[in-house]
Amino acid sequence: MNKGIGIVEEKSISLQGSLLLESGQTLNNIELVYETYGELNSDASNAILICHALSGNHHAAGVYQDEKERPGWWDALIGPGKAINTDKYFVVCPNNIGGCHGSTGPSSLNAETNEIYGPDFPVITVKDWVNSQAKLADQLNIKIWHAVIGGSLGGMQALKWSQMFPDRISKAGVIAAAPKLSAQNIAFNEVARQAIITDPDFQAGNYLKAGTSPKRGLRLARMVGHITYLSEEAMRTKFGRELKEGKLNFGFEVEFEVESYLRHQGDVFSESFDANTYLLMTKLLDYFDPADEFNGDLVKAFEPIKAKIMVISFTSDWRFSPERSKEIVNALLAAEKETTYLEIKSAHGHDSFLFAEERYAKGLSAFLDN
Amino acid sequence: MNTLDIINNWVKKDSKVLDLGCGGGEILVELGSAKNIKAMGVEIDSEKINICIANGINVIEQNIDEGLHNFSDHSFDVVIMSQTIQVLKDPKKALEEITRIGSDCIVTIPNFGHWKTRLYLLLTGRMPVTSSLPDNWHDTPNIHLCTLKDFELLCLESTISINGKIGFNSSGNSNIFTRIFPNLLCASAIYKISK
Repeated sequence: MNKGIGIVEEKSISLQGSLLLESGQTLNNIELVYETYGELNSDASNAILICHALSGNHHAAGVYQDEKERPGWWDALIGPGKAINTDKYFVVCPNNIGGCHGSTGPSSLNAETNEIYGPDFPVITVKDWVNSQAKLADQLNIKIWHAVIGGSLGGMQALKWSQMFPDRISKAGVIAAAPKLSAQNIAFNEVARQAIITDPDFQAGNYLKAGTSPKRGLRLARMVGHITYLSEEAMRTKFGRELKEGKLNFGFEVEFEVESYLRHQGDVFSESFDANTYLLMTKLLDYFDPADEFNGDLVKAFEPIKAKIMVISFTSDWRFSPERSKEIVNALLAAEKETTYLEIKSAHGHDSFLFAEERYAKGLSAFLDN
Repeated sequence: MNTLDIINNWVKKDSKVLDLGCGGGEILVELGSAKNIKAMGVEIDSEKINICIANGINVIEQNIDEGLHNFSDHSFDVVIMSQTIQVLKDPKKALEEITRIGSDCIVTIPNFGHWKTRLYLLLTGRMPVTSSLPDNWHDTPNIHLCTLKDFELLCLESTISINGKIGFNSSGNSNIFTRIFPNLLCASAIYKISK
């Protein structure tokens, strides 16, 4: 077992200028919080951008001084000697705009109105995120990313990076992603949004002003989400039909272990996540389509790409199945791009990308190093 | 000249090359340095795939038996299939597919018509186990072995033209005898084919 990164601290940066969003709106006074691991070399050629997924944030690796028991979400893969080796690379992970962990988002103060954005925070897209990350790169004096990597929605950002800034990225790691959401994916997102919006405490998004908190909605949204992150096999192995008290109680309180797990996940999430951010992020996911400016032609959309792309899928992932990753791979092949594809056997469902399964970690590290 | 030398001779500079069943990418690495090719490999063995990646070779994890529909017509100058066709479920389909994808194809096969295999079967009455076919009948990946004659007949039936052929004896050499009696004296052969 490799040692981890150790104690990390979050940093904060004010992005210069404003950001013209895909929706046509403009966002000013953008603050991004981010973390970095490792050292940037003298010619700034070893920088790797990590893009977080739907409910992720900038705390990708290491631990905080006052929270040592909870390492960052990708600590299994980022660190000294790990797949994303911080002895070699300077790793940057920002919390994206619209987030709720310190970067400008719906719970931030709008300097122009001196009020909390709330539901008035503009709907943002993956393209907007990539543009904001490019500004961050400028300000960190990183001209070219050695790699941009992410899982799920993070992988979509990596793909978008290679498409939007072909000269600023050498490699892209597109992990457990899809070229766009299916109707089924959007349906699950819509259930999550409805859970939030129909919570009386949501107050049409003005819950901070109203002094309420739509926890019930967020909790349900997270519970639905969690079901899609795990495979049936993972759930069966983890919970089976185990009863918490070993007997049926003929009631509607928690009886099965899986119910207890989902409720716990929902509770934790509803305490720490912002409802408007969750709405924004699911919408952004629904909108993602790299071919939307190319009449749906993914091959044409991929034409500008110069980066070497590694696509990785996981056999038990049914949220973004290997078939979806293959759609990306096949379009890249048709566009004659440098492509590598791995299909990793894993039982953890969509969450597989968070675990350092040996073959996955080895493949990713070999891709970054060679 | 060994197989690699011949492939090297047959592949033009700066070609786009697809190696189906590329292993650890050995052929592609060699062609990369010698011929500056644009390389792509397809492999199913996870260990070998990681060797490819470490070699800097672009590789797609894919089961050739499940089809090659994701590769478009004439998208590669050369398609290589080295010691792979005999492990596939449908060699005829595979030949059609590779000649669709590549302008030129290079195929190497073990020859079941080699005198050693013939003699082995004749004398022992058992499925041949030789240096070029080292596995027992029940655990061999080679489910579609053929002789050089069989292979050439299949090409003829599929209207695939054979543009080059070099056979090797069991020491890996090509000589006047292997040229005169290939189906008897060659343990393996390399073909250049196209459609």
